[in-house]
Amino acid sequence: MTRLHRLTAPLSETAIRELRAGDRVILDGPLFGIRDATQIALFDQGRRTRFDLSGHAVIHTAPNVRRVEGGFEPVCVGTTTSARMERFTRPLMERLGVRIIIGKGGLLDDSLAAFAELGGVYLAVNGGCAAIETTWIERIEDADLLDLDPECLWRFAVKGFGPLLVAMDAHGRSLYAERRRAVTANRASVLAELGIEP
Amino acid sequence: MGHAAVTLRIVPDEIERAVAGLYVRSLQSLPPDVEGAIGGLRNAESDDTARQILDAMLDNIAVAARTGGLLCQDTGLPVVTVSVGRGVVFDGIAVEAAIRRGVARATREHPLRSSVVHPLTRANDQDSTGIRIPAIHWQFVETPDWLRLDFVPKGSGSENGSFLAMLLPADGIAGIKRFVIDKVVEAGGKVCPPTVVGVGIGGTSDLCMHLAKVAATRPLGTVSADEHGRALEVELGRAVNRLGIGPQGLGGDATAYAVHVEVAATHITLNPVAVNIQCHSARRASATFTAAGIEVGA
Repeated sequence: MTRLHRLTAPLSETAIRELRAGDRVILDGPLFGIRDATQIALFDQGRRTRFDLSGHAVIHTAPNVRRVEGGFEPVCVGTTTSARMERFTRPLMERLGVRIIIGKGGLLDDSLAAFAELGGVYLAVNGGCAAIETTWIERIEDADLLDLDPECLWRFAVKGFGPLLVAMDAHGRSLYAERRRAVTANRASVLAELGIEP
Repeated sequence: MGHAAVTLRIVPDEIERAVAGLYVRSLQSLPPDVEGAIGGLRNAESDDTARQILDAMLDNIAVAARTGGLLCQDTGLPVVTVSVGRGVVFDGIAVEAAIRRGVARATREHPLRSSVVHPLTRANDQDSTGIRIPAIHWQFVETPDWLRLDFVPKGSGSENGSFLAMLLPADGIAGIKRFVIDKVVEAGGKVCPPTVVGVGIGGTSDLCMHLAKVAATRPLGTVSADEHGRALEVELGRAVNRLGIGPQGLGGDATAYAVHVEVAATHITLNPVAVNIQCHSARRASATFTAAGIEVGA
C-alpha cells in the first residue's frame, strides 16, 4: 500500500527504514544541493564543507540563481540525472552521514547496497519539471564551495517539497532495477518482432 | 550575378537581440507540437505512475507560463542553426559574434545558469559561451530574402544519450535497428523519457552524429525526406514504445514521442549509425527575418 510521509531532516536511521519503495514523501526544512563538481571536490580532492549534512537530504542539482545582497535568490531549481554520481553515494553516507538522496533517473547497484547497509533512500523527482520544483523552494539559506558556481554546495529551505517517490529503499528494493529487468525481457521480444536475432 | 534584387540586409545588433530573446523563450515555453504530444501520450497511457508523471509534465508547462519560470534548470549547450535564403546580405563573422553576444546577454540579464565549461580545466566563464560554443550551424535555402535562426538549448541529461557505431556493411539494416533499440535500453530513464530518439544513418562519422542531432531536434510530426528513412521511423517508433521504459524510466507505454531518422549517402565499406536523444522537454525557439520584420515562434 502506498503511504505518504511528511518529513523534516535531520532524520534517524529508524525513520529512514520506515520508508518503502512505492511510498511518497513530502519534505520540509533544510535540503542540500550537490552535483558532479561538488562531489569531485569533496571526495576526490579532499575539500571540506562547513555544513553538517548528518541525517540530511541532498538533491542532485545546480540551480539558476540571482545574486542579491547577502546571498542568492532562486531563479530555477531543478534536478539533474543521478546516475553520473553513482560512485559518490557511499562516501556521502559514510563520511557525511547523508540519509536521503533526491534525484532523477535512479542510481545503481552499489548505491542500493549502501542504502541497505547504512540506512538510506533515493527519492525520485520528476525530471524536467523544474518550474514546479522551484515553487517548493522557500529560499536559498546559504552556499559553500562558492568557487564551484553553479555547482556549489547549496543549502535550501524547502516547504512541501514533493510528493517524491521512494524509488530505492533501505531494504534492497529499487524500482529502477525492477524496471531494467522488465525492459531487458521486453527487448528480446521487440527484437524478435523486428525479425532480428538478439 | 544570379540573384539581382537584394532586399534583406541583416543587422548584427538585431541578431544579438533576437538570440537573447530566443534563449529565454526556449527555456520558458514548449512548442505546441511537443505539448500536444505529451497530452496524446497521457491519454493513451495505461500505467498509473506514468500517467501521473505525464500530468506533472503538463502542469509544469502551465506553471512556467504562469510564473515566468524555466521549464528545466538545465540551460543546456546553446545550439544555433542559421538558415539563409537567397539574396540575403550579411557579414558572417559579425553574425556569429552577435549570436555569441546574444547568448551571453541572456545569461547575464535574466540571469541564467551558465552550463558551459572548458573541457579540460572545467572553468566556467559564467556567460554560457566558450570555445566553439554556442555551436553554430549554417545552411542555405531557396527562399528569397529570408533568414531564420533556430535555437536549441540542448540539455545534458539527454545529450549524454549520444552514441555512434561504425557498423559493417554486412551488419545491414538489422544491425542499425538493433543498435537503436539497445541504445534506447541503455539510456533508460537517464535521458528523461518520453524522448525524441534522433537517428543518423550513413555519411562520415561526424556527419552521421550531426544528422542524429538534426533528427532529435526536428519538430514532432515532421518526417524524414528519404522514403527508407520514413519507413524506419514508423517501425522503430513502434518498437521503442514496446520496451516499457516509460516516463522517467519508471515504467509505462510512453518511452518516446517518436523516432526521427536523417540519412546521408555513405561509403561502400561503411555502415554508420548514430543516436542522439532529446528529452521530453524538447525546447526550441526560432526567429525569422524578412523585409516585413522579425517573427518569433517555435
